[in-house]
Amino acid sequence: METIYVMWLRQLKRYWRSKPRMLGSLAQPILFLVALGFGFGPIFQKAGGGNYIEFLAPGIIAMSILFTSVFTGIEVIWDRQFGFLKETLVAPVTRTRIMIGRALGGATVGTLQGIVVFLICLLIGFRPDNWLYLPFALVFMFLIALLFTTLGTAIASRLNDMQAFPLIINFLIMPVFFLSGALFPLDGLPSAINIISSLNPLSYGVDGLRYAFTGVAHFPVIVSLSVVFLVAAAFTALGAYMFSKIEI
Amino acid sequence: MVDNIIEVDKLVKKFGKITAVDKVSFSVKKGEIFAFLGPNGAGKTTTIKMLTTLAHQTSGKINVNGFDPLTQQADVRESFGIVFQDPSLDDELTAYENMEFHAIFYHVPKDVRKKRIEYLLKFVDLWNRKDDFVKTFSGGMKRRLEIARALTHHPKILFLDEPTLGLDAQTRNHLWEYVMKLNKDEGMTVFLTTHYLEEAEKVSDRIAIIDHGKIVKQGTASEIRKSTKSKTLEEAFLKLTGYKIREENNSSAEEFRQHARVWGRR
Repeated sequence: METIYVMWLRQLKRYWRSKPRMLGSLAQPILFLVALGFGFGPIFQKAGGGNYIEFLAPGIIAMSILFTSVFTGIEVIWDRQFGFLKETLVAPVTRTRIMIGRALGGATVGTLQGIVVFLICLLIGFRPDNWLYLPFALVFMFLIALLFTTLGTAIASRLNDMQAFPLIINFLIMPVFFLSGALFPLDGLPSAINIISSLNPLSYGVDGLRYAFTGVAHFPVIVSLSVVFLVAAAFTALGAYMFSKIEI
Repeated sequence: MVDNIIEVDKLVKKFGKITAVDKVSFSVKKGEIFAFLGPNGAGKTTTIKMLTTLAHQTSGKINVNGFDPLTQQADVRESFGIVFQDPSLDDELTAYENMEFHAIFYHVPKDVRKKRIEYLLKFVDLWNRKDDFVKTFSGGMKRRLEIARALTHHPKILFLDEPTLGLDAQTRNHLWEYVMKLNKDEGMTVFLTTHYLEEAEKVSDRIAIIDHGKIVKQGTASEIRKSTKSKTLEEAFLKLTGYKIREENNSSAEEFRQHARVWGRR
């Protein structure tokens, strides 16, 4: 347990100490909230969609968790190249414990980032429908963070350098975000996009988060919770397997 | 009773069509300082990786402290401490945190952890910098910290993979003094690689020279000099491995640092 704890603690310390990273990772969600929230708000309202900030906020919270978590998972590549990974790989502890510690640390960092963005959303006028559902929202935030930290770890375990980094962002993370229903409702989409969105685990994360905050959902909430939980569990197993196979 | 703490028999490591280590056999006695020398790309680091469970051999047998690195990884890992060729500290943590995390990984009991870390940081003259981030340390300080960290769990074998690379003469001198003191006081077996042949001759009991993945000579420094009719170990080394310059790519760490600069990290 101490190994898991110490790896978890390391991720938190690194996050807390990297103030430029913390601030930098807030810039994008703020930009999206302000530009899209206020820019498209009137059109969204005219089209009968209601308050766009109410709709957008859960999506932007999920977005910030998505990016923070994937980056934290991908830090395995940094550790590989800067050497600290070797220190952990020659230690007489199982790699599964090291990976789980890292993943829980990354998931905690992602959740904290989501909470900070939630507070920013409150500042610009977002109000949850029912504050009692906040713990439920935290569960979704943590599961989204765990899912994408472990996905990042699994990918990074197969990469030797950062050459593939832009590819991961452009061809995996950006489509996952844009086709998750974070920015627009999933109702009435062309069938191809509808199918892709239904296969996207972030769609269920965003939808569950939106339900917890606003009481409105596209999928039944039990389906969203189950999908996010099961995919997070599957990616944790995949990440642990890939991490265990690393050779330096 | 086994006198050899490391035994390697017909070790082979292939990367696709390239044979990095080719039927290498040697043994290291308990308590000796063993130097594993060779030009760039000769197979030194690959051999160390296999000895320390970081890579699996294609064929051949390895025994480290009575354990097989393929099947008894945890036992092998408890047996050694290692200072890698490239830095392996977490720059975003303090010196003390790096030591403490290592102690936890290696199951050093909580009640002795603090004392041992204090002793070792004093041993390498870094106690007064214990709360500073490693990113503020010089190359020599980082090397000293890595040695202290490698000793935290009282290993039986200390692997040093080019520990003095890029360090000034003063720091190199201090570092070897630490190593010899450890070997003498604690009876710790030391397995080292270095490009500084005069240093290898000064500190080691026995030497093996590897080239193109094969051991070309083993023995004490004087035996190697004698058998090659050389005045110095460097002369013997050049006679055994040739005078042609070996090309080696940038280390992956250096390549990555270039990328990291572009991405604005570190």
